[in-house]
Amino acid sequence: MKYSPALKAVVFVACLIPLGQLLYYAWVGDLTANPIEFITHFTGDWSLIFLLATLGVTPLRKILGWNDLIKFRRMLGLFAFFYALLHFSTYMVLDHFFDFPAIVKDIIKRPYVTAGFTAFVLMIPLAITSTAAMIRRLGKRWQRLHRLVYVAAIAGVVHFYWLVKADIRRPVQYGLVLAVLLGCRLVIIWAQRWPKFQKFQWFHSFKSWS
Amino acid sequence: MLIKIPSDIKSSEITSKKLYLNRRQFILAASASALSAGAVFSGLDTSLSTHQVIAGEKLGDLHKSSFSTSEKLNSFKDITTYNNFYELGTDKSDPAENAKYLTTRPWMVAIEGEVKKPKTYDIDALMKVAPLEERVYRLRCVEAWSMVIPWVGFPLSALVKLAEPTGNAKYIQFITLQDPKRMPGQKVPVLEWPYVEGLRMDEAMHPLTILSVGLYGETLPAQNGAPIRLVVPWKYGFKSIKSIVKIRFVDKQPPTAWNLMQSQEYGFYSNVNPEVDHPRWSQATERRIGEFFRRKTLMFNGYGEQVADLYRGMDLKKYY
Repeated sequence: MKYSPALKAVVFVACLIPLGQLLYYAWVGDLTANPIEFITHFTGDWSLIFLLATLGVTPLRKILGWNDLIKFRRMLGLFAFFYALLHFSTYMVLDHFFDFPAIVKDIIKRPYVTAGFTAFVLMIPLAITSTAAMIRRLGKRWQRLHRLVYVAAIAGVVHFYWLVKADIRRPVQYGLVLAVLLGCRLVIIWAQRWPKFQKFQWFHSFKSWS
Repeated sequence: MLIKIPSDIKSSEITSKKLYLNRRQFILAASASALSAGAVFSGLDTSLSTHQVIAGEKLGDLHKSSFSTSEKLNSFKDITTYNNFYELGTDKSDPAENAKYLTTRPWMVAIEGEVKKPKTYDIDALMKVAPLEERVYRLRCVEAWSMVIPWVGFPLSALVKLAEPTGNAKYIQFITLQDPKRMPGQKVPVLEWPYVEGLRMDEAMHPLTILSVGLYGETLPAQNGAPIRLVVPWKYGFKSIKSIVKIRFVDKQPPTAWNLMQSQEYGFYSNVNPEVDHPRWSQATERRIGEFFRRKTLMFNGYGEQVADLYRGMDLKKYY
């Protein structure tokens, strides 16, 4: 598939479907008996999905050899942040209604909240520095800064895992996807560095054994 | 599947069912050509006689209990579509959707263990051991939400007296049905099946403790623990075990399902206590379903006046 602004627009609209779904449920009064909990889970879930999708861009790009895929990465990442922002706002406004002492206590005392809040906070500088101007300005440092996305994704999945009471299937699925996506990167890094290993004596002795 | 609706069911009652089947369930049920009748007569094809009491049937004149709260009731829809009943699925909406699998006739409940008169009751006989009362109780879930539910049932103590416990009976253990066909959630080992719960004898004999067979004046919907469940209103909801098949009198504190799963998080007593937090979340406040603002959680879920004596001298932080 060739990249085009039209395709980008289609993807953009597709990324808004979950929000539309949520608004539709709200409109028809189908947010379950506990709407605040439903909205919290729904937005949190989609934030994680977009975060994993963002991390999927680079491996998929290499596997498919479709370089233009990179042009969707920023958008996916910003949607991950968008749903995380909705998620956190739901928690702060609807769930706790600006009860900051309770929120702060929650963040400090409850490991799952600590993990989730960490993920959210780490995503803020990434969203702010996602513009072309910022990328230019930060240069090499931009890439280093944006490695925080790995930490955010791990914290996000751990947040979900620590939250559930007994049925860990969903968070484990997310964890497995994340492990594959991060594993891909290790393999890529390793493959790129492979020639360097040849300089080392142990590498040749290892080779002679086989 | 052809569904015949017996003439003794008023059409007005059937129509009312449609109101609380939410949109998605409604479509689901319709596509399965089960519609509301399917929910009412789950398991019609297993040749049930029309005289049996089936989920959704009116329970006649009920004695109003002085133990009832006058707080605003949660709607039938809220109570029957937002359930923690992992045997029917782990999402809150799953039990209502999977309710059709849980057929509740025939249903036997065995009373056994340290009793002089062990007996296996047919559910219809068990529902007649004491006059049925309406008890409007607060239900506080360990997940920090709560509801007000008009249960129908009778005091557990009435059944205990009939069984005549021996001197060795110090606790009562309750066991849920184990049948993955009727409880599809049991195909996944999220908890150790069957679900087990227990009460100390004095807790079991407390007048607030009931065996519930209905709500809103009708027999229990499957998703609420049909055909018979425990309701202990001063404890977190998970203590109120659903779809009971065995009530066993024992001399030692019996294992309980959530305690087996995570003993640091779920104790044997599990009394509602705003001062003892669940390790992963606060129990100080709760959201009453249907309300926007959180409200303060009350000690023993507001039943302290009646039950605090049971725990006098006990360290409730240790015995959580």
